[in-house]
Amino acid sequence: MNGLAIDTSTYVLGVAVVKDGEVVGEFMTNLKKNHSLRLMSAIRTLMEEAEMTPKQLDRIIVAQGPGSYTGVRIGVTTAKTMAWALQIPVVGVSSLKILAQYGRYFTGVISPFFDARRGQVYTGLYRMSNGLVENIRPDQIILHHDWLSALKDLGEQVLFVSPDMTKHQETIEEVLGKKAIFGQKTENLLRPGELALLGMNQDVSVNTHEFAPNYIRLAEAEAKWLAARQGEQKENKGE
Amino acid sequence: MSNGMEKDIVILGIETSCDETSAAVVRNGREVLSNVVSSQIESHKRFGGVVPEIASRHHVEQITYILEEALSNAAVTFQDIDAVAVTEGPGLVGALLIGVNAAKALAYAHDIPLVGVHHIAGHIYANHLVEELTFPLLTLVVSGGHTELVYMEGHGSFEVIGETRDDAVGEAYDKVARTLGLPYPGGPHIDRLAHEGEATIELPRAWLGPESYDFSFSGLKSAVINTLHNAKQRGEELLPENVAASFQESVIEVLVGKTMRAAEEKQVQRVLLAGGVAANKGLRRALKEACDKKGLSLTIPTLEYCTDNAAMIASAGTILYQSGRRSGDRLNGQPGLLLK
Ligand SMILES: [Zn+2]
Repeated sequence: MNGLAIDTSTYVLGVAVVKDGEVVGEFMTNLKKNHSLRLMSAIRTLMEEAEMTPKQLDRIIVAQGPGSYTGVRIGVTTAKTMAWALQIPVVGVSSLKILAQYGRYFTGVISPFFDARRGQVYTGLYRMSNGLVENIRPDQIILHHDWLSALKDLGEQVLFVSPDMTKHQETIEEVLGKKAIFGQKTENLLRPGELALLGMNQDVSVNTHEFAPNYIRLAEAEAKWLAARQGEQKENKGE
Repeated sequence: MSNGMEKDIVILGIETSCDETSAAVVRNGREVLSNVVSSQIESHKRFGGVVPEIASRHHVEQITYILEEALSNAAVTFQDIDAVAVTEGPGLVGALLIGVNAAKALAYAHDIPLVGVHHIAGHIYANHLVEELTFPLLTLVVSGGHTELVYMEGHGSFEVIGETRDDAVGEAYDKVARTLGLPYPGGPHIDRLAHEGEATIELPRAWLGPESYDFSFSGLKSAVINTLHNAKQRGEELLPENVAASFQESVIEVLVGKTMRAAEEKQVQRVLLAGGVAANKGLRRALKEACDKKGLSLTIPTLEYCTDNAAMIASAGTILYQSGRRSGDRLNGQPGLLLK
């Protein structure tokens, strides 16, 4: 089984190539540079190094979000269009789940997160079980403070992994004290090889045409429109 | 071509610069084998205008459906495609990125050359689908984002001799329409009302000096808003039909006036109308009359090729492809791309 994995959901640009079930190459940068400009060159370079052509691929794997809206869309558009053009499946993996893989030898719970502004984070809860890092609370957007309080109530050790750690580490330590564990800086970045492994082992069942990013959150204009409409409906009912 | 000597050139076009997701297959730059357009207008109506983030989300959900339909309607496969042409700019950056990245993915997957196309070049070449272009020519480009006069000496050579200094003409239409309480998009409503009313209200014409080919519509837009406001203060009722007719008359007089002056100075025999506002009946008629009077031939795209579509991108892309233009893996969406 051969696969190509793509991640552009954060500042990391990640590409990995799987050949006969082995991750044979990874390309990864952590630069504030344009993904749209650099993604295809990275794919081509890595595929050439692996001596593979697109037609040899059996599946395309992509980090589906959450993350930067534009970033996730670049990866998903590239992945689904390639998959459709090559008539092979596209496989989406949660961007948070990729990060959570660093906790595979950790006995507590794992909380990968991305900053979502205005005191919020995109996060989910994961735990190692039967040799796999499993999701135990779904990916969501939540006020960081509310999330940390809920984690405190668990009374367990929590491993935090995030590319936005500098902004949040202090708050985490304030709430969780010694229960909070932090990894090395390299463990705060989504590694394309981890994405590739997850994607190779995942079932393929999605319709490529319908494949879309998992933004977690509605577009702001849409959320406001819905809120306004709900207000109107209440008024109409005389509530 | 049909002389049996030259090989056909088949181009797959992709356009996602604003709120239409479109893919098309065009043979030899003029023969449209398919042109699939998915408009998001119904979705954006509730916001009173195009919301960039919503547009990007729709594009990514639609893109492969549209591509598949374009290939299947044209009854071609990737083996038949000589190049993929895609709008690289200008437009909404997030929207452009969907088309550009999809195009790069296709080009890589099937080892097909890639050609980036300027959106306005596409609008101009919408005319090539109707009638083979002859040079030199002058194009009046009018849309929600653009008001430009473009002079062309030959295929693929674009000289912008005039452009808007503030609002694009389509923008001015939408704003005036909103003031009149008309739904988005307002352009067609104004055009319709204008035909039912009379230009009874005096409004300014922004000529911007005798030499200038530039345009300005924000002053006119403000004048309309002020006129409505003052009338309301005096307790007078202005007929929306007359407001629309007066506004449209001012716009058309300036657009047609500058186009004819430029046509004379540049000594062209051919004038083109391009862009979404080219659907405006008042403008089409006025420009036709002015061109007839001067003995100039005028081409206007059919309605389906006035608004954003990928056939026009494929047509312009064919010319660029034939001239040797190739875009690489680093092709990117460029919201402020200049026409050169
Ligand atoms: Zn346009």
